[in-house]
Amino acid sequence: MFIINCPYCGERDQSEFTAGGEAHIERPKQPTELSDDEWAEFLFMRKNIKGVQFERWNHAHGCRKWFNVVRDTTNDKIHAVYKMGEKPSID
Amino acid sequence: MNNKYSIFSLIKNAFTQHENWQQAWGNPEPKKEYDAVIVGGGGHGLATAYYLAKKHNMKNIAVVEKGWIGGGNTGRNTTIIRSNYLWDASAGLYDHALKIWENLSQELNYNVMFSQRGVMNLAHNLQDVRDLKRRTHANRLNGIDAVWLNTEEVKKFCPIINTSPDIRYPVLGGTLQRRAGTARHDAVAWGYARGADEMGVDIIQNCEVKGIKRSGDIIEGIETSKGFIKTKKVGVVAAGHSSVIANMAGLKLPLESKPLQALVSEPVKPIIDTVVMSNAVHAYVSQSDKGELVIGAGTDAYVSYTQRGSHDVVEGTLKAILELYPIFSRMKMLRQWGGIVDICPDASPIISKTSIKGLYFNCGWGTGGFKATPGSGDLFAHTIANDEPHKLNAAFNINRFVSGDLVDEHGAAAVAH
Repeated sequence: MFIINCPYCGERDQSEFTAGGEAHIERPKQPTELSDDEWAEFLFMRKNIKGVQFERWNHAHGCRKWFNVVRDTTNDKIHAVYKMGEKPSID
Repeated sequence: MNNKYSIFSLIKNAFTQHENWQQAWGNPEPKKEYDAVIVGGGGHGLATAYYLAKKHNMKNIAVVEKGWIGGGNTGRNTTIIRSNYLWDASAGLYDHALKIWENLSQELNYNVMFSQRGVMNLAHNLQDVRDLKRRTHANRLNGIDAVWLNTEEVKKFCPIINTSPDIRYPVLGGTLQRRAGTARHDAVAWGYARGADEMGVDIIQNCEVKGIKRSGDIIEGIETSKGFIKTKKVGVVAAGHSSVIANMAGLKLPLESKPLQALVSEPVKPIIDTVVMSNAVHAYVSQSDKGELVIGAGTDAYVSYTQRGSHDVVEGTLKAILELYPIFSRMKMLRQWGGIVDICPDASPIISKTSIKGLYFNCGWGTGGFKATPGSGDLFAHTIANDEPHKLNAAFNINRFVSGDLVDEHGAAAVAH
C-alpha cells in the first residue's frame, strides 16, 4: 500500500489504481507473422524484477487514464511517474 | 544417524529433562561438487531432496537456502490441504500429493499433524453453485471424494456460518471434501529435512545463490555466498524468487510475484472444526490446534517482493469473514504477514525441464502450493533424476505457454473458477 502521484489527478492512494503489469511490451506489428515462441514471449513471459521495474498503472477509480510508473518492488518506493509515450526522468 | 522418534525415546528423554535430544539435521559446509543441487530449502525443495535420495538413490546432493529452512512461504501459508481441482491434470497432481500426506507422518517418523478435518467451499451466487456442482462431478469422475451440500447441510456441518438469505454474500450451498484438511507447516519442512539429512543430503542454510554458471546451454554450477559449487543438475524451487534465479541463468519465466497475506487471531476454545473457504470473497478460515483462527486473504494486484501486503486487502477479507461469522466480531487479530507468491497466467504450477540442460524449475504454485508439497517433491525428484517428467507432471511443463495447452485452473486457492 502506497501513494501514487497520478500525472493527471495528483497524489492518491494506491487502492484507487489498478496495476497493468510490465510496461513497454509492444504489441506485435505483424501478428500474423509471429511464431509460437514469439507469441509466448509477448503474452506470457515477464521480467518480474526484484528491484526497479517499469510498469503500467490505470487510475481506475479516478481519471481512468493509463500511465507509467518506475517502482522499486523491494520497498514499493516510486522513482518516477510519466505519461504514455513519454520518457521517464528518474531521481 | 538420527534416533527414531517413539514413545520410548520420549520417555527416555523425559528422564534427562529433554536435554539430550540429537540435532535433527546437520549444518555442513558445502562440498566442492554435488550430483545435484536444490535451490530453496522450503517444503518443496526439501521434499525434492528427500525423494531424490530415497527413490532415485542420489545421495551426493545438497539443498541451498538463503535464509533458514521453512522460513519462506512454507512458514507463511494457511496450511490448507485439498485435491478437489477441476481439470484432470490438476486432480492427478494434487490427489497424488494428498495420498502421500495420508501416510507422511509414519513415513518420515515425524508428526506433521495432518488432520483430515474436511474442506468446505462455499457458493455465494448462482454461478458459484453451477461451477462448484460441476467441479464435484469432475472430482468424482477422477476418484476424488466430493459432495455437494445445500444451505441447511452447510449450516449443519459448520453451525457458526451465517446462512441468512439477506446478507451480502448469502450461502447458497457448498462442496465438501472430507479427506482434505490441514497439517503443521513447520513440521513438514523439518520432517523432510531430518529424513533427507539422514540419507546424507547436505542442507546448507544461510547460503544465497548469486549466479548460475553455464557453458553454452549446459549447467556447470552455481555461485553462492559460500563459494562456487560445481554440479551438473540444478533444481530451482524458489517460489516468489524463481524469476530472480531464472534471470541469473538468462531465462524468462511466465511469472508475476505478488504478496499474499494471512493473519491469525488470539487463541480461543474450539469453535470451528473444519476449513471453510469462500471462493468469491477471498476469505478462508480454520482454527489451529493452539486455538488461533487462521485466516487467509487475497493477493495484492501488483508485483512486489515486500512480504507485507496492503491493508485494503485484509480489510476486504475481514469484512466478508465478519458477515459470514458474526460470532467473530469481537476477536482480536494477533499477527498479520505476507508471503511472496509466484503466479502463472493459468494459475497452475511449472514442474519442468528448461531449454538449459541440467536446469529444472519447480515454481508457479501461486497461492496454493503448500497442499502439494509431498507430491511436488516426488514428481520434481523424478523429473531431475530421469531428465524426463513423470506422467503426472508432464502437463505442467514450461512449453505449455508456447503450445497454448494451458491448465487453466484459477482454483489455486479455490478462487473463482
